Amino acid sequence: MKEILRSLRELKQYPSAVASLILILLMVGASVYTIFAIPYKEAIRLWRGSEEDWYKYPKQAAPIWTNLFSSKKQPVSFFLNSEETDNPHVDKQVETRADGSRKITITYTFDYNYDDFPQDMALYINSDYDSKKPLVSVTWVTPDERKVNVASFSILQRDVYRFSQDEKLGRILRAEPMIGLFADPAQELPTPLKGQYQMIVTGSVFEPDTTLEVELVTHGTLYGLAGTDFKRRDLMVALAWGMPIALSFGLLAALGTTITTLVIAAIGVWYGGWVDEAIQRITEVNSVLPFLPILIMIGTFYSRSIWLILGATILLSIFGLGIKNFRAIFMQIKEMPYIEAARSYGASDARIILYYLTPRVIPLLIPQLVTLVPTYVFLEASLAVLGLGDPFIPSWGKIINDARTNGALYEGLYYWILEPAALLLVTSLAFALLGFALDRVFNPRLRDV
Amino acid sequence: MLIEDFNKVQLSPIEENVGQSLMSIRDLRVWFELRRWGFGHAGNVRAVDGVSFDIRQGEAIAVVGESGCGKSSLMKTILGLHRPTGGDVSFEGVSLSRLDRRGLKWYRSQVGYVQQDPFAALAPFMNIRRILEEPLIVNGVKDRDERTARIRKALEEVKLSPVEDFLPKFPHMLSGGQQQRIVIARAMILNPKLIVADEPVSMLDASVRVEILKLLRGLQESHNLAVIYITHDLSTVRYFSERIFVMYAGKLVEKAFTPDLLREPRHPYTFALLAATSDPDARNAEVYREVPPGEPPSLVNPPKGCRFHPRCARAMQGLCDVEAPSDFEAAPEHLVNCWLYK
Repeated sequence: MKEILRSLRELKQYPSAVASLILILLMVGASVYTIFAIPYKEAIRLWRGSEEDWYKYPKQAAPIWTNLFSSKKQPVSFFLNSEETDNPHVDKQVETRADGSRKITITYTFDYNYDDFPQDMALYINSDYDSKKPLVSVTWVTPDERKVNVASFSILQRDVYRFSQDEKLGRILRAEPMIGLFADPAQELPTPLKGQYQMIVTGSVFEPDTTLEVELVTHGTLYGLAGTDFKRRDLMVALAWGMPIALSFGLLAALGTTITTLVIAAIGVWYGGWVDEAIQRITEVNSVLPFLPILIMIGTFYSRSIWLILGATILLSIFGLGIKNFRAIFMQIKEMPYIEAARSYGASDARIILYYLTPRVIPLLIPQLVTLVPTYVFLEASLAVLGLGDPFIPSWGKIINDARTNGALYEGLYYWILEPAALLLVTSLAFALLGFALDRVFNPRLRDV
Repeated sequence: MLIEDFNKVQLSPIEENVGQSLMSIRDLRVWFELRRWGFGHAGNVRAVDGVSFDIRQGEAIAVVGESGCGKSSLMKTILGLHRPTGGDVSFEGVSLSRLDRRGLKWYRSQVGYVQQDPFAALAPFMNIRRILEEPLIVNGVKDRDERTARIRKALEEVKLSPVEDFLPKFPHMLSGGQQQRIVIARAMILNPKLIVADEPVSMLDASVRVEILKLLRGLQESHNLAVIYITHDLSTVRYFSERIFVMYAGKLVEKAFTPDLLREPRHPYTFALLAATSDPDARNAEVYREVPPGEPPSLVNPPKGCRFHPRCARAMQGLCDVEAPSDFEAAPEHLVNCWLYK
């Protein structure tokens, strides 16, 4: 054990190992944070993509950092809610009139400095009244002090007003509502006017305990750090949850397969005879079985649960060709005099296999295990890309699959594919680099190379 | 080899601490089957073929023979690592073949094993404490304090002190002599009645051989142990054991008390073996020694009759190559497996 720790300390000599270790630690930290920030069930619910969770979000919006790389700044989505009383962009005033009714004035103030028009704007209105419907009127104030009376209407308890669908507003503005509201009248071609805009929502409520809360939702063409997909879902949810999924799938599969092959190889070598023969033949038969097609068949005909696929992966790899490698080493160790000594003082077969045979291969096992992790991370992703990903759990492969089926590349939505692909690459790179460094530490023969 | 030092090793009188028969081996045969195509029978390797002897409590015996004569198979059968093909090994009157799992475990705790290559005999990934603790754990010493006490005692007995310095060390941090002391401590830790030492000093530097042999001898005397000392090197035997058994091609060809055998070897093979033993003497460089011609025989098809006859200078045509000799008493307590002494 101490020797292993000492070897691990040697890793410090390899910059690639340090970098990969930092990366892996970051990924583990991010995974742990994700699991606590968005619990498993919550993630599954969110990823189902109901309108209720995602109504605020724009469709297929690129991440906001894409603005850094383009001279034409795209509008970023934002939400302003009248419930946020401490938000400087939102102001809410209540006046009581003589007749007992109240006038509620909600003013949203925001800067718009983008070179393109937003997709849409909407007001999500929430009011609880008993019988008398409140009246709402909306006024738009542009940076050059023009005032547009957008609309006046009475509202339901839950109501939505979408600017782009209001044909009357289009007639008033003599343009598409979104263009008409933001365009600079001095320009010939529709160009957004930059500066501070105001939207004033005035509501009249007639019952003493009626409340009125209005949320202004602006769908730009950009959203968040990760962007959104065709179901308005924030890709961050899937990218964040893809991390623990990929890590746990990769680590569990790598651990499961290497440890089982190790123990089986040790058992075969130790008992020899027909046990060894049987293990060898099963391994050879198993090595001809097509691995991926079997998984695809399981996914197509039986279940696409990620845990079932994980189990099948381990099951199919138990009698993997790794057994042959371990067997070659164990054959050598089996003849060591210290094994004979252990037998001579009465150590049981199980004790010899676990405490005398297997510890010798741990130095070999650790780098192998680490370099195996990306293999399984990619396996899970490839199954998902092929449409055999778990139907409920968000993962990187499923994002790529969604992007592919929705023509992301055709529509120029590169972020949709590049983000999960980059994460997959970084993950496997980190494990591969660490594995190579570990190999150099544990395999002294490679040190001079 | 430092003969001077060996002479200082005191031999105690044989009769004093030699007790009753501890182990008796009767007509022991250990054959290994050769297989053809994985299942067909293709003959046997007769590694041990009809060996009989007794060891008394507190007695050291030496089994001497060249490489491939079956010494190791004999030893491993005595340790219970190989099953005998025929014959019987009995320990304290109980036949090993009648022992069940628990009985075999008990037997193994009664027999210590000192190996040839001390570095290979110690697991490289265990520290000294763990190495010595393993036999105790395996044999059901549950109390940690008791284990610690016994490890300390064992290390003190093999003169590795201060004990605390050695406990956390790994085998590669020790010298060859220290490693062999650990191996001896491991063999002694279960308080065995018999120690099987397989060429315990052949891998060590000449300078520490004497120390290790002295140590073994000292332990043998203080614990009244029986020791089976297996070697190909007659020069160390003469200062260690009470009796010598000479082994050739799976058989014991001569059994005698050490002084008798060394003074007056009877079997032609023993004779040749003794003649070939070199002493550090400058005159040896000029002396031509007669060694038996030829190679040790195949154990699959041993020569008919006496197994030594093809190499024997005194072989008698029509007798030695036809009929195998039995043990003849050439002198009191001096058995020779040779027709010359009929």
